[in-house]
Amino acid sequence: MALRDNRFANINSLYNKQVLICGDTGCRSSKSDEMEEEIREALKEANAEEKIDVVRVGCFGLCEAGPIAVVYPGGKFYAYLKEGDGRRIVKEDLLGDKTIDELIYPESLSDDIVKSIYDVSFYTKQKKIAHKNCGVINPDSIEEYIALDGYLGLHKALNEMSPQEVIDEIKESGLRGRGGGGFPTGLKWQFTKDAEGSPKYVLCNADEGDPGAFMDRSILEGDPYSVIEAMTIAGYAINANYGFIYIRAEYPSAVEKLESSIKKAKELGLLGNNIMGTDFSFDLELRLGAGAFVCGEEMALIESIEGKRGIPRNKPPFPANEGLWGKPTLINNVETYANIAQIIYKGSDWFSSIGTEKSHGTKVFTLGGNIKRTGIIEVPMGTTLRDIIYEIGGGIIGDKEFKAVQTGGPSGGCITKDYLDTPIDYDNLTALGSMMGSGGMIVMDDSTCMVDIARFFLEFTVDESCGKCTPCREGTKRMLEILEKIVAGKGTLEDIDTLENLGNMIKISSLCGLGQSAPNPVLSTLRYFRDEYEAHVVDKKCPAGHCKALLEYYIDDTCIGCRKCARNCPVNCISGKPKEVHVIDTEACIKCGNCMEVCPTNSVHLR
Amino acid sequence: MSFTFDYEANADRLEEFESFIDKEKTKKGSLMAILHKGQKLFGYLPIEIQEIISKKTKIPIAEIYGVVTFYSQFSLVPKGKHEIGVCLGTACYVRGAQDVLDEVKDQLGIDVGGTTSDLNFSIQATRCIGACGLAPVMTISGDVYGKLKTEDIKEILDSYRNEEVKK
Repeated sequence: MALRDNRFANINSLYNKQVLICGDTGCRSSKSDEMEEEIREALKEANAEEKIDVVRVGCFGLCEAGPIAVVYPGGKFYAYLKEGDGRRIVKEDLLGDKTIDELIYPESLSDDIVKSIYDVSFYTKQKKIAHKNCGVINPDSIEEYIALDGYLGLHKALNEMSPQEVIDEIKESGLRGRGGGGFPTGLKWQFTKDAEGSPKYVLCNADEGDPGAFMDRSILEGDPYSVIEAMTIAGYAINANYGFIYIRAEYPSAVEKLESSIKKAKELGLLGNNIMGTDFSFDLELRLGAGAFVCGEEMALIESIEGKRGIPRNKPPFPANEGLWGKPTLINNVETYANIAQIIYKGSDWFSSIGTEKSHGTKVFTLGGNIKRTGIIEVPMGTTLRDIIYEIGGGIIGDKEFKAVQTGGPSGGCITKDYLDTPIDYDNLTALGSMMGSGGMIVMDDSTCMVDIARFFLEFTVDESCGKCTPCREGTKRMLEILEKIVAGKGTLEDIDTLENLGNMIKISSLCGLGQSAPNPVLSTLRYFRDEYEAHVVDKKCPAGHCKALLEYYIDDTCIGCRKCARNCPVNCISGKPKEVHVIDTEACIKCGNCMEVCPTNSVHLR
Repeated sequence: MSFTFDYEANADRLEEFESFIDKEKTKKGSLMAILHKGQKLFGYLPIEIQEIISKKTKIPIAEIYGVVTFYSQFSLVPKGKHEIGVCLGTACYVRGAQDVLDEVKDQLGIDVGGTTSDLNFSIQATRCIGACGLAPVMTISGDVYGKLKTEDIKEILDSYRNEEVKK
């Protein structure tokens, strides 16, 4: 630990050097398991296992550069590693004390100085609270968690604070729910504490279903004890002795981590009876989802824990009064919990000094789509989209133009380049017709068709609608049909109006958050990209060049007039004299694509 | 296509499954855990298995069927030996996941949710698996293939097909 704490000093430690390897699903998908094995083998062969510590840590955030290995002291950032590179790191760096320049993340290397991983521009504008231990500690080691202030929050709560004082501290911090709704967390705790009935339950919503969002998973895989500790604190505050973590089964390694962490916390008396020698007892259990997006809705989640179909209930009564098995239930999202222990330990003043006036603290986002540096970031509330996309994310891939960023997943909306300088907080995003959501951020370039993206999200919600209420079940389906008609080039101007009316109606009349927010992707693209919809129905063109039914083939002036396309056209719609530029009759063209395939000079294009 | 449940071939698994139900059924809300176990043991949850659950837990079979069909991870038809999951999360979609999925469907001649008649492959369109940095992504039997292009698909599928031949 000491080596990682003191990044530049070579202090006395059991080991001379440490190499940290990311064990998060993202990096493991780019073969970090094999990398670890290679490094361990090479160390074994060199008889150096005693000198060098190999640590499996959680997510570093920059998934795009995976697999990643970081060497301490110094925090040397080895990225994009391939087979054989692990051996080189062992031989040349760990044992040979020489930095391997060509394996270092390019930006880390300037004027012969090797910058620490946290000094590259991807990290400098970030501030880590919920993710503070990810990429730093070994998530399998409760000792490492404790070494970095772990369980001090719980200790303080149990020994120095009354349950009400804990709730007051959370209230004063201004923490709001990070799962999307943004409801003040302290207030929720207060309602549950004040509710009549027992037993009470503490739930963790780890059913992270937004496509393109994976920050909760990385917390569970990289710092599981932060959630376990926070749930214990919550149990103490609301007078509950039992909790459930509802996690989606699509995250097998997070499930594994949580299971082993709960077991270890029990062994150390940090879960179970008489925690830390006090008379407070609290225990936890995992419950697995089975692939239903709607189960991220709190009432549906409760139904699913009860072993039923995940169908939302009417609210009120809210879970605080009648939740799991009809009992008062506190339910928070993973990222919300990841802030709790630090707020209790460091105080609400510390937390509320970060962020904007109305939104305190930080927010974790996952950057994806057509952006250079995909991965996970955590920034103070109030950071602008421009900073996130260009400073942290490195801008758009290739030479393409930024078109929009989609926040909040299937419940959110698109934000255009006119609003790039908006400071991000709950209220600003809502005002723009999008929402914070759980924090998925998909960047789109000018080759993305906004109508098709709206169709994509609607397809998702139609698929995931539980079917209980009519506006959501039938309404979203009708919206999808209209969108399919438009992308096929068969839409009318009237369809666009119907789409808008229907969307607004579904928003106000659906039972749960899924239906109420399902039209958002359509409504927000209509708001900012209405001209694109109109181009689809009036001009029968897809300006982004994406919708196949609306594209036409054309030949540019690099054509050498070889006649090959004309000979291969099944409907004879290509004309032109030999050695002159040919022309396609788009009326007669059946879009088979033969001409494009056979052209020796790549002169046939789609537009 | 229809598949028949083979009691004999599954005798050992059935025994394990029944003792699992006996252990779990007293827990509140244990149906999900039982279904997960069944799906894992048998690869699907045919009506025969649902009957066993119903008899042991006294939960009406209609309710069990309702739960099985609600969640996408529970399946009424056997999953193939190699389960293919093409990620259709947003990050993958904007980087061309739909083309990848179409190519896989064409190559295998089955639709999403289907299983090839030799029980070798089944396809699912999965939601985000959280490997967005590698988009578009596909998983086969737990192996992850990232930064895919449609022209890579045939070779990848062949490597699993050839594995069959070798055995």
